[in-house]
Amino acid sequence: MGARGETWLWILQRATAAVLAGAVLVHLATLVYAVRQGLSAAAILARTEGNLAWLGFYLLFATAAALHAGIGLRTVLREATPWRGPSLDVAVLLLAFAIAAAGWRAAFGLFA
Amino acid sequence: MTATLHVSVWRGGAVGSLAAYDVPAQDSQTVLDVVTYIQRHLEPTLSYRFACRVGMCGSCAMTVNGVPRWTCRTHVRRVASGGRLELRPLENLPVIKDLAVDMSDFFGKWSRAHGAFAPAAGLGEDFARVAPESPERQAASAGIECIGCGVCYAACDVVRWNPDFLGPAALNRAWTLVNDCRDGDGAARLRAVAGDAGCHACHSQQSCALYCPKQLDPTAAIAGLKRATAKAALWGKL
Amino acid sequence: MSWPARNHPNYWAFLLHRVSGLLLALFLPLHFWALGTAIEGAARFDGFLRWTSAPLVKLAEIGLVVLLAAHLTGGLRLLAIEFLAWRRWQKTAVALSAGASLAMGLVFLLNLF
Repeated sequence: MGARGETWLWILQRATAAVLAGAVLVHLATLVYAVRQGLSAAAILARTEGNLAWLGFYLLFATAAALHAGIGLRTVLREATPWRGPSLDVAVLLLAFAIAAAGWRAAFGLFA
Repeated sequence: MTATLHVSVWRGGAVGSLAAYDVPAQDSQTVLDVVTYIQRHLEPTLSYRFACRVGMCGSCAMTVNGVPRWTCRTHVRRVASGGRLELRPLENLPVIKDLAVDMSDFFGKWSRAHGAFAPAAGLGEDFARVAPESPERQAASAGIECIGCGVCYAACDVVRWNPDFLGPAALNRAWTLVNDCRDGDGAARLRAVAGDAGCHACHSQQSCALYCPKQLDPTAAIAGLKRATAKAALWGKL
Repeated sequence: MSWPARNHPNYWAFLLHRVSGLLLALFLPLHFWALGTAIEGAARFDGFLRWTSAPLVKLAEIGLVVLLAAHLTGGLRLLAIEFLAWRRWQKTAVALSAGASLAMGLVFLLNLF
């Protein structure tokens, strides 16, 4: 990947970081609230089932997290191992997609 | 202060070992004074590099007790705990012999980062007027006093992990030129300093800023390049 | 460069950010997979939630919340260094990161026990 591609990855990593900063705060607040209420499936599903706002939030959250994790892992692997080049880029892209798909599955599970 | 300094000095090239020397301690003694004493009185074949002795030329940097420093302006009493000194060549650069490293990569990267001024104006044009208080002039001034000693380069883990990384000094230099309104290299320089070998590889560990003997802040300069190159990419000009 | 030369707040902040990021990246697929599977029925979901209240699992969860809070605050610190022309702010930012992550962990801890 050339200098332009790397620059775009950097931009994407910062953009997802900005999204995640807000999403993680919401997530942590929800988590503390849910735990305080005594963590039950009924309470969680009552909040999320049929709620388009929560569905949208979790879809965005999962997508940003998957991209952010993929780009971050790529950087760590390039610095800590000899693995470089297109094979690494494809592997990381597939991993990011797999993580995102698992996240979307969970988000739709909470919605439906 | 102890009357005698116990000094270990790297002898050899990439492969070598530490040799021990006892050097008389003196008031206001610099690390470079110690090396010079060893070379003149104890070990005439010791190789090291210096020129000005007053912190201007940037040639005498070494690893002193594990930390990269300019030796001519580093007082022994500030760094020698218990009268012990361990002197090694700078890291992240090939060792030529003893305390002298090959700086070719370091300066080669300055030119790869377009570290040379490229005048925008032709001959015969009027002087450029640069307002001293303008943000660009201030940003250039903040990084302009670099003496090219290589301390930041030796202190940087990204250089160690990614040998193509241009390094703090070259990128700091590029940032001063990006802010020079007389320079005409523009997008070409931004392209040269973008990406994985350039500013975007930096993790803001900031050892460069901590150990820079001139108290420059290459991390801030690199952050400036990150913003400038990202902006150029967003406008399709990278 | 020896380890003593790396022993400064900004380097520690880098290490914390890298380690927390790596662990979170490894945890993320597990989290999504477990949640997506558990959610298929309310009874199964409740069983999963009961499992998460076992002491060891709970301890691991507190660790994860601390990691998440640390990576969040460390990331905000990085964004500040890169996008704001701050200079001498960094040390304060490191301290704030550590403090905020600890505080998050404690909040979670206090609510759990």
